[in-house]
Amino acid sequence: MEIVVASSVAVLTAGGVYLILRLRTFPVILGLALLSYAVNIFLFASGRLATGLPPVLLKYGEATYTDPLPQALVLTAIVISFGMTAVLVIVALGAFLESGTDRIDIAPREDDAEPQESHR
Amino acid sequence: MNHWIIAPVILPALLAPLIAFVMRHDLTLARATSLAGAVAIAAIAVGLTLASGSGETQVYYLGNWPAPFGIVLVLDRLSALMVLLTSVLALIVLVHAVVTGWDARGRHFHALFQFQIMGICGAFLTGDIFNLFVFFEVLLIASYGLMIHGGGRERMQAGVQYIVMNLAGSTLFLFALGVLYASTGTLNIADLALRLREIPIEDAALVRVAAMLLMIVFALKAALFPLQFWLPGTYANAPAPVAALFAIMTKVGAYAIIRVHTLAFGPDIGATGPLAATWLFPGAIVTIVIGALGVLGARGLLPLIAFSVLGSMGTLMVAVASFTPEATLAALYYLVHSTFAGAALFLVADLLLSRRKDQTLIPLPATVQNGLFAGLFFAAAIGMAGMPPLSGFLGKLLILDALRDPGQMPWAWGAVLAGSLVTIVGFARAGSQLFWKSTSIPAPAPKGPDHGPVTSVRAASAMEIAPALTALAVLAALSVFAGPVSAYLTQASDQIFDRDGYIGAVLGTATEDQP
Repeated sequence: MEIVVASSVAVLTAGGVYLILRLRTFPVILGLALLSYAVNIFLFASGRLATGLPPVLLKYGEATYTDPLPQALVLTAIVISFGMTAVLVIVALGAFLESGTDRIDIAPREDDAEPQESHR
Repeated sequence: MNHWIIAPVILPALLAPLIAFVMRHDLTLARATSLAGAVAIAAIAVGLTLASGSGETQVYYLGNWPAPFGIVLVLDRLSALMVLLTSVLALIVLVHAVVTGWDARGRHFHALFQFQIMGICGAFLTGDIFNLFVFFEVLLIASYGLMIHGGGRERMQAGVQYIVMNLAGSTLFLFALGVLYASTGTLNIADLALRLREIPIEDAALVRVAAMLLMIVFALKAALFPLQFWLPGTYANAPAPVAALFAIMTKVGAYAIIRVHTLAFGPDIGATGPLAATWLFPGAIVTIVIGALGVLGARGLLPLIAFSVLGSMGTLMVAVASFTPEATLAALYYLVHSTFAGAALFLVADLLLSRRKDQTLIPLPATVQNGLFAGLFFAAAIGMAGMPPLSGFLGKLLILDALRDPGQMPWAWGAVLAGSLVTIVGFARAGSQLFWKSTSIPAPAPKGPDHGPVTSVRAASAMEIAPALTALAVLAALSVFAGPVSAYLTQASDQIFDRDGYIGAVLGTATEDQP
């Protein structure tokens, strides 16, 4: 169980970090999505991994139970990262339509070549 | 419980959807509502500041849940000051945006603006570190919308960079919170501080990782070296009023470092020790250098101002990095000052650039009211560079005075003083190119074929100048009333370092009040 969770966090993080270092927006967005999956699993594990244990319910009395707080945190994190990714996709699309390129860096060379160009 | 504590969060949270859904087709109504909201929040912030003056750390338990379990909002002098700063700045910026018509250049400006205020005020008030993350996201998502307000090729591309940087930062924030929760089992900052004092030695490494991850996240927000790359591009390409509002956004990062790394990861915690100061100090020094060099090397007015904001963040963080009450007092004074100085510069630049063809620092035919804009720019530049009559001078003096430790004094004094000199040179060069040399160019300029529509040559009305003047007046007032202000800030920084007082207020009263 531990090895599965740990290696999936590691693989997702490594893939995510690799992808966000790309120069085009699409791989970067995929990389951020992978990173957010990684952090969701990581948060899930932060309440200690417990398999087959009951949730917090009164009838189980003194028995050990799974920590419910990380689940609430993961839920919040999922909602936020999903919303943020959606915003990023739309803005990246807007930037692509405005500029005709999906490169993530702003080419400064054009500005240097024609400094008269208005920024507004 | 004082229910007014949550008002700076609730009020914009209610107004924003109302503006977005009900008033989306009626700009006048949206403007009136947004302005009324901003005035109301400013009034509430003044009230909260007066309430916090008693020195009592007031705690608001959401849903009346006891402290380590529920979310708390905490009002002390520092958070009251930050909320007041936010609301005054927001009012100034909002008036500017309405008067100059920036809010009409895209949709949903006012709704996003209210969400932005909600997120910033929430981040300043919350006493729960996961809630801090949530408010960070609220203010970020609103800032994404504001950043690309009005559109345009470069602004959209800069917006993508800004969002990617901050999304990566948010992921790190969550990793840090996961580590912190795994090692301490709590997310309430006061409870965290308490548990970190007796953290077992085998968990100390995890706590150090969490402390450094949080530091990276906050340093990203505060645009500290080596995470400063996003700031010049973002600020220079954002709409000028939004850039003026963003002057407070970097301070959210500074505030978070002051709050979390003083209270929870303070030097007295065995697990972390002086970890924060060790890394923060060199980063801040390099940030000053980058800011100063950027001011000197910038080709456009907006990048110049953005780099000067970067330099001011470096100066601020040098003071924060020593984590002593004296240096924190200096940092807070400089924080208030640099917020308004940066905002004033962006507002003046907006007034000028809407009448000028180009933001490049080359002589062009003088605009209308050249003298007036030159005067305003001069005053704002003096404020930002830290020259005597305005508060920047006092702020830097306080910082230099607080940093007398032999190990840091040569670096800090050298960087701040040399950085100020270089910044002055950069501003002087920009001012002489923009205003002085422009007067020698004949007025009827040949209009190039590819310059698009002729920019407005309308003279600025008194209302348009008023917000920038108000920001400058605040700088002057900070200078004139430096005594009372620093007296308040001394109490505020003493309260920050009274960790037991904070922890006791959040956790102690909870157990007494609860039935």
